[in-house]
Amino acid sequence: MKMTARSVVLALVLIGLVLPIFAGTWQTLRAAFGILPALGAVDLSLEPWQRLFALPGLMTSVWLSLWTGLASTLLALGLAVGFCAAMQNRLGGISRWLAPFLAVPHAALAIGLGFVIAPSGLLVRLVQPMMADNVPPNLPFPHDPWGVALISGLVIKEVPFFLLVILAAMGQLPIREHLATGRALGYGKGVVWAKIIFPMIWPLIRLPVYVVLSFALSVVDVAILLGPSNPPTLAVAITRWFSSPDSSMILPASAGAVLQLALVGLSIAGLILAEQLLARIGRWWVRRGGRGSAKAPALQLTAFIVILLMVLGGLALLSLLLWSLAWRWPYPHLWPQGWSLRNWANPRDTWGAALYNTALIGIATTTIALCLAIAWLEAEGRRPRAIWAEALIYLPLLLPQIAFLYGLNILFLQIGIVGGYLSVIWAQALFVFPYVMIALSDPWRALDPRLINSAAALGAGPWRRLFSVKLPILLRPILTAAAIGFAVSVAQYLPTLFLGAGRIATLTTEAITLASGADRRVVGTYAALQALLPFMAYGAVLFLPAVLYRNRRGLTP
Amino acid sequence: MTLKLCNVTIGLPDRLPFCSNLNLTVLSGQVVTIMGASGIGKSTLLDFVGGHLAPGFVTRGEVWLNGQDAAKLPAEAREIGVMFQEAGLFPHLCVGDNLAFGLRRTIKGATPRRAAINAALDQAGLAGFYNRDPATLSGGQRARAALMRTLLAAPKALLLDEPFSKLDADLRAEIRRFVFEHAKAQALPVLLVTHDAEDAAAAGGPVLTL
Repeated sequence: MKMTARSVVLALVLIGLVLPIFAGTWQTLRAAFGILPALGAVDLSLEPWQRLFALPGLMTSVWLSLWTGLASTLLALGLAVGFCAAMQNRLGGISRWLAPFLAVPHAALAIGLGFVIAPSGLLVRLVQPMMADNVPPNLPFPHDPWGVALISGLVIKEVPFFLLVILAAMGQLPIREHLATGRALGYGKGVVWAKIIFPMIWPLIRLPVYVVLSFALSVVDVAILLGPSNPPTLAVAITRWFSSPDSSMILPASAGAVLQLALVGLSIAGLILAEQLLARIGRWWVRRGGRGSAKAPALQLTAFIVILLMVLGGLALLSLLLWSLAWRWPYPHLWPQGWSLRNWANPRDTWGAALYNTALIGIATTTIALCLAIAWLEAEGRRPRAIWAEALIYLPLLLPQIAFLYGLNILFLQIGIVGGYLSVIWAQALFVFPYVMIALSDPWRALDPRLINSAAALGAGPWRRLFSVKLPILLRPILTAAAIGFAVSVAQYLPTLFLGAGRIATLTTEAITLASGADRRVVGTYAALQALLPFMAYGAVLFLPAVLYRNRRGLTP
Repeated sequence: MTLKLCNVTIGLPDRLPFCSNLNLTVLSGQVVTIMGASGIGKSTLLDFVGGHLAPGFVTRGEVWLNGQDAAKLPAEAREIGVMFQEAGLFPHLCVGDNLAFGLRRTIKGATPRRAAINAALDQAGLAGFYNRDPATLSGGQRARAALMRTLLAAPKALLLDEPFSKLDADLRAEIRRFVFEHAKAQALPVLLVTHDAEDAAAAGGPVLTL
């Protein structure tokens, strides 16, 4: 019976979540080489590629993507590692501050950051009293051609994620002991981190680093909001071509999507190569026995930069709320001149529908992902997960979304699933499931097997063991996984845009559309709501178990 | 070389100090043993001397070594070697590279460094073990490799934090002899923390009970 349940769950995940990714990529690949029957294109050809390379600004877009993706990932990684090394003794307290930054959708943070660094933004207003005239300075932000704004936005969002991942890795290693050993042998803290601790942590964080690199190279929403606009990064350019009124643009756009896939693949391969090279250099460095300098000012500097970036992120979120509540806030005033609830007061005509769609899709997606994850974990039992299964879970996070989502859209249309709630929920579940799975796996495996054995010895069958023992005990991690899944769903942009055929408006799609021109007060309202929704989910996670288990000390932290 | 502790007081806020105004002199080549039940702060004292104390402790006192107060220096500048309960070999480096990490920088050049490490491996009965994964070593081999790594850094004093307690009884005497012999040969002052009376007897030096 166990065996069949296992195959059913596996088949469900494979057909529901893995097959669409391969099928979508296949469709994109076919279209990239000239085959898209819906457009009457049936002959294998290189014409889409010729058209792609004839498009103006293509090479600039490619270089921009590479530069912003690699720079933001490596910078965020370096900052997070440096921060952990510098703050090693105080990390326990800091980890509590991570949740809000992790919960905020990328788009909301990017919009807020745009408000802060714009020529008439909060930062300029702060220094305005020192300037001669009353005109906003001529700054290229937030769409500067060098991608500085885009890199900052990505770094602010990725540093907390890397911190979380590194903290989890550090929890599995005797860091204090190794640090003491290294220092007793005469090495400064920073050098021990570089020579010993980082090489030990790296294998545990390698996969999340690849995920972040793939994301940063192919991100669309943040790049629309903070990136260079003409030409934009490759992923944004491809999105524009896919959405072009000229439907024959789908062919070169598909070729672009394949190019994007190659870009991500080559970058990860490059990182793996760099890893090998660094490992060799590291061994040579260890053998030389150089102790370096005893002081570690570089570590203090990274910690300072991280705190500065987090303050900037906090300001970005605050400015969303301020703008949504401002009545009049002319330049160069640091504070709104008047307040108003006007933007919030009339949901029926403004943000109501988008909020409804976002919540509905988020709840549906999270429920599906959670049920599948629990079914998978339950079917898996106590055996260690196979490598291929782990790889399948990470697959949708490692592949760039744009490489298969439009192909999936074509496929759905072919089999008669018209752009609507079903296709959007399905597409979002592809990305929500991995995060729910990652969040739930460790607590699920950590559950004391003796409890389950006792239940079985008392005559409880598998269903009763699941529903009356496992699920109640694991309520907190399950709810945490649900909150993470909900936050991931709220943040999705491309799946909603492509699979909803433009008909399903969520807070994310609305906020990004409005950000290109609308009143800051309106944009601020949508983005603030987009940021608030995941916060509320996380709040419920803290609140619900605390109330349900108020008399159960073993189940409250 | 003499290790001298003057008026050392260590405690946590709002609690009685682990030790107050402790004075202790360890002569070169001598092993001073500190005994006491677990949880009494023996290891905390060693952490203070070595500079590895976790934040939050309130400390006072001086640690004189090599003509300066080591308590004022960061751990890495004290030149005080430590052996912990666990051998603490870095799991991602081979045995030889673990020793290379310890070998002082004054020996320069790949060939002389390699020779020094091989000589140390030889002394520890680990000849030909350079490329071995530390995880494949036996408990005794690990302890000997860890001591060699510590000694290659040419410390001016040695702290032993119950380094024998995790070893099997028959191995313990052998490793103990190995460690004490090497420490005496290099005329190091040694401070040993243990709750095993046999360790104290084998050390042959003064015994202090906390």
